[in-house]
Amino acid sequence: MQLDIRLPIGLMFSVLGALLLVVGLFTGGQRTQSQQTSVNLWWGGVMLVFGIVMFVLGRRGTATARLTEESPEGRKIEEIENGSGLESQ
Amino acid sequence: MKLTFIDWTVMVIYFVFVLGIGFALKRYMKTSTDFFLSGRSIPAWITGLAFISANLGAQEVIGMGASGAKYGIATSHFYWIGAIPAMAFIGVFMMPFYYGSRARSVPEYLKLRFDEKTRGFNAISFAFMTVLSSGISLYAMGLLLETLLGWNFSFSILIAAAIVLIYVLLGGLTSAIYNEVLQFFLIVFGFAPLVFLGLKDAGGWAGLQTRLAAVATANGCSSGAWSHSWQFMGSPSANPMGIEWFGLAMGLGFVLSFGYWCTDFLVVQRAMAAKSMSAARRTPLIAAIPKMLFPFLVILPGMIAIALTYKTGGSGFSLPKKPDGTFEYNMAIPMMLGHYFPTGMLGVGLTALMASFMSGMAGNVTAFNTVWTYDIYQSYIKRGASDQHYLWMGRMATIFGIGISIAAAYVTTRFNNIMDMLQLVFAFVNAPLLATFLLGMFWKRTTGHGAFVGLIAGTVGAAIHHGLTLPVGAQVGIKGGWFGVLHVYPSELAQAFWTAIVAWSACFVITIAVSVITKTRNEGELKGLVYSLTPRAREENLPWYQRPPVLAVIIVLAAIVLNIIFW
Repeated sequence: MQLDIRLPIGLMFSVLGALLLVVGLFTGGQRTQSQQTSVNLWWGGVMLVFGIVMFVLGRRGTATARLTEESPEGRKIEEIENGSGLESQ
Repeated sequence: MKLTFIDWTVMVIYFVFVLGIGFALKRYMKTSTDFFLSGRSIPAWITGLAFISANLGAQEVIGMGASGAKYGIATSHFYWIGAIPAMAFIGVFMMPFYYGSRARSVPEYLKLRFDEKTRGFNAISFAFMTVLSSGISLYAMGLLLETLLGWNFSFSILIAAAIVLIYVLLGGLTSAIYNEVLQFFLIVFGFAPLVFLGLKDAGGWAGLQTRLAAVATANGCSSGAWSHSWQFMGSPSANPMGIEWFGLAMGLGFVLSFGYWCTDFLVVQRAMAAKSMSAARRTPLIAAIPKMLFPFLVILPGMIAIALTYKTGGSGFSLPKKPDGTFEYNMAIPMMLGHYFPTGMLGVGLTALMASFMSGMAGNVTAFNTVWTYDIYQSYIKRGASDQHYLWMGRMATIFGIGISIAAAYVTTRFNNIMDMLQLVFAFVNAPLLATFLLGMFWKRTTGHGAFVGLIAGTVGAAIHHGLTLPVGAQVGIKGGWFGVLHVYPSELAQAFWTAIVAWSACFVITIAVSVITKTRNEGELKGLVYSLTPRAREENLPWYQRPPVLAVIIVLAAIVLNIIFW
């Protein structure tokens, strides 16, 4: 199977991180008493870095589920299902 | 709490990715094995994160935050003597039979090891329980979003249900697992800054401790009762949980936690989707590492919330009260999100909260459609049909499972008591299960009749115990005492833990007694299902960090260290 789980995770966190970073840059000056707007800036940055790292790792494409026919354990389950009459072919 | 355009954007981005994963996986759902078991092909770290994320539903995030406020650091017992040892145990000792037997579900293991009636009993009660608990968590979500953001109840539960429906329908268990991993990271990233900002507001760990001392003395305990997990467990009156160490260790640590983490198909299904025996065994062990740190993410905010309520911090946060004067403990984490997070981060925090509801629901739904199709439909209604037929049935089960959940959510809004009662009945059914599995896996003399009669005895034992006892200050009725009150427990938790202990013991004793007088199965048939008749897994060729026993020892030692630090 071709979808490495780290690709969507990486992409999503990159997008969210970048969004927060931009919001943080534009609202950084205003501080209300309780809400610390700077959290957008530094945590957005952390999320962006995490996203990029996951995305780069995901490009290798090893963390994926496979089709039953490509997985030895999956094929064994199908053999049992067909052999014991649970399923017909 | 006011949301801005930015918060909405965050939410929409998340929904796009969740659905996108479903669509991307659509063309890989060719057979029923792809749909229900992900083709048994997933790497251990993915199934590991899904293993904890499937459990990371409403109860975990909202409930543990609430307990953190109510009981303080003692809530960590749910993790450090509860979940972690249980996860180490299932990985090392039980997974070889679940995975090695090639059972496709937990009830199917019971069929292979015992007989048809034991499987039927477990499958039917489990199927009911999962759809109803997914309904109850939908209800909780609708209620929360209504009070927090003023959203329409029907709107929020229908949207959440529709999204879960679409991605499970498209990508089956693989889609649920992938999304659980995504949700895991979102929850970590959404809540971690909350802990940081809250702790800063409370004056760091030292400041939090002095504030918690004020909470403890105001509630009639010694000053350390909220910030020490074991020190005050000597007597029920000295700690906020109202339980002593024995009931805690046996009831919560052993019966309830091992019972949940070692036998509940909702979590075990994730491990069964792993690509090899060694990956399946590592699944709960990998899960245990982040799980161990979760108290800092979900319990600590609750503790901070209550601490700041009694002794206010710089930003003036405090917990709201209900009309009857008790605190709205369930609002601890949601209120803190609104208080500390600015627009942007608030969107991430709220999306993480919704992600937790959705991952819990998807976990229930995938467990339900599998048990329904394999253990009920294929076993009792239509056997020997084509693979495509069962794949179709799995999709249908997903649709009506979610339909029943939505109906249950609406029923809960009208008749709260019916749901409480059903949950109580399921607690009785679940409590003895652990004894059945332990005897089944580790004592070859256990028979099918023994297991079945033992399960019934344990369930009845739990009901009788509940009917004869009452937590202090409660009314006779749903809280217990309907046979007459023989004993009054200092708290509801104490009653629940002891009900579990009684159920387990009754099941254990009766299973042995009946097994001794009934005929055992041929030893040849039990190969791969029972410890003494199964060859040990060979793993000399694995590096040390991939060997389950080594990982388990490290995890248990780390949990002991955490217990000592917060003693």
